[in-house]
Amino acid sequence: MTNSTPSASTLSAEDISVWFGERQVLSNVNLVFPANQVTALIGPSGCGKSTFLRTLNRMHELIPGAGLAGSVLLDGVDIYAPEVSPVDVRINIGMVFQKPNPFPTMSIRENILSGLKLSGRKTANADELVETSLRRASIWNEVKDRLNDQALSLSGGQQQRLCIARSLAMDPKVLLMDEPCSALDPGSTRRIEETIEELSESMTVVIVTHNMQQAQRVSHQTAFFLADENTPGGVVEFGSTEQVFNTPVDPRTNDYVNGHFG
Amino acid sequence: MESELANPKANQARRKLNVGPRSRGDRVFFGITSLAANFAFVLVALILVFLMVSAWPALQSQGLAFIYGSTWVADEGAEPIMQLGPMIWGSIQIAFIGILLGTPMAVATAYLIVFMLPSRAAKVATTVVDLMAALPSVVIGLWGLIVFTPVAAHWAQILNQTLGWFPVFAIEGEQPTYVDSPFIAGWIVAVMIVPIITSVTREIFSQMDSGLINGALALGAGRWAVLSRVILPTSRGGILGGVLLGLGRAIGETVAILYVLQLSFDINWYQILEPRGGAVASFILARFGEATPLEFQGLMAAGLVIFVVTLIVNTIASLIVNRSTRRVK
Ligand SMILES: Nc1ncnc2c1ncn2[C@@H]1O[C@H](COP(=O)(O)OP(=O)(O)OP(=O)(O)O)[C@@H](O)[C@H]1O
Ligand SMILES: [Mg+2]
Repeated sequence: MTNSTPSASTLSAEDISVWFGERQVLSNVNLVFPANQVTALIGPSGCGKSTFLRTLNRMHELIPGAGLAGSVLLDGVDIYAPEVSPVDVRINIGMVFQKPNPFPTMSIRENILSGLKLSGRKTANADELVETSLRRASIWNEVKDRLNDQALSLSGGQQQRLCIARSLAMDPKVLLMDEPCSALDPGSTRRIEETIEELSESMTVVIVTHNMQQAQRVSHQTAFFLADENTPGGVVEFGSTEQVFNTPVDPRTNDYVNGHFG
Repeated sequence: MESELANPKANQARRKLNVGPRSRGDRVFFGITSLAANFAFVLVALILVFLMVSAWPALQSQGLAFIYGSTWVADEGAEPIMQLGPMIWGSIQIAFIGILLGTPMAVATAYLIVFMLPSRAAKVATTVVDLMAALPSVVIGLWGLIVFTPVAAHWAQILNQTLGWFPVFAIEGEQPTYVDSPFIAGWIVAVMIVPIITSVTREIFSQMDSGLINGALALGAGRWAVLSRVILPTSRGGILGGVLLGLGRAIGETVAILYVLQLSFDINWYQILEPRGGAVASFILARFGEATPLEFQGLMAAGLVIFVVTLIVNTIASLIVNRSTRRVK
């Protein structure tokens, strides 16, 4: 298998509204994530960033009582269309979580191949896939001599990069990251930021972050989410990262990016 | 620290900790709890001593054949031959069948309760399972005899007719009744251990890191893949502990098995549908009433065997359960 980097895709969210049971937590979110761009989602705690992210790869629907309106288009195809399988969606749109979650009973190598196993797929050349995935997540040099060690023997930062590599092994077109560095030290954070930059050459990245500097360092465009008390959250401002941070249109954006609340 | 240089304060006196006046309530509470804990321990030790003393003459006269031999003749007057082999083997056999049948049921039930049922239904199911654990063994035995045996006999018949070419499911007799077999006793053991295995497994499942499950789902896993490749491998140890705890109960089980199994000293190695089997605890109960004084010593020795095995199994089980509940977190 030649590891052809899949062409990146454009993902767009159209009029997304979200409910948990009767309670609406997001209302009419419209965002476009162009191919090869990194988009940062920022906003105060509880405004629905993670929830929105989970609608983008159909993880939201796994929560009992979850509700959704609107559509999410991957290269123009609605991922919620009845003929589309959620498994295919999640394979095309990978996800990295806040807390590193390598599978503790598996070795480093097995973790990389776990996506294939879990989704019942095969690869012609497992060794090559393991190496390329680990290289793309820039952790190959650290683990190449201990591929059969338990994944939990890695440091927190290494575990997170292993999880990124695990997602990359599925050749996703889009990678969703929910505060991937919030549990990590500055060194690990910097390395993951470098990785994100490289990844954007071959895929579309959406990253939730509470770190304003990080948003400015890694992203091309930024969306600012906000939820007033007891009303559903939504996007207040969306534009190039440059514009959102330096010349925000909405005064609330200005307050937030300058640390006045949230 | 060896060197004074490395730790200049090596000789520093340690303060006495946990000192200071205690409230009266605290002291009384401490006294009562330590008394209770020691009481349980002393009781177990006393029972062990009692069993050893009463079993000793029989063990001495029978030697090792007590464990592996297969003759039990203890009539008045003659020197008794007491060899427990078929009963011990039978106990192992039905415990094995019970685990084989019970574990998948228990794991499936725990999976349903933790991952599938809405929370109210899950609570109801949990209560029902816990109630099952509290059912007296006589009730299970009577149910086994009256309600379950006819059903299981039917299953045995199907097994025998379809898989009878395989020695395990073969029956030698001309007109088989399909009852009183290790197969049915194994089912009864399964019914008795399912609640224990279920509650241990449920506990372990509910402590599962949801990050792992979400991680697997985000990689395109279906429910079955999540269960077989993530949940089960992570909770393997704890489930094993639950199985052993269940086994600890099943080994000492007497009445329920006695109702549904034909005890026999004609050892039945593997033909689980034959109406011949063994179970040490049930055997003690069966013989107890009419035992001569010498046979009584033999039955005490059998009791000692159960006691020691149960103690070992339960200790290992608790160790495993404790360790793996910690690890899953
Ligand atoms: N599983 C759930 N069931 C019910 N309500 C939920 C659930 N998950 C999130 N919510 C609610 O949805 C709203 C948005 O939560 P979400 O986790 O998306 O916020 P967030 O922006 O990611 O916050 P943070 O920055 O703290 O991670 C919150 O009010 C939260 O209480
Ligand atoms: Mg969040």
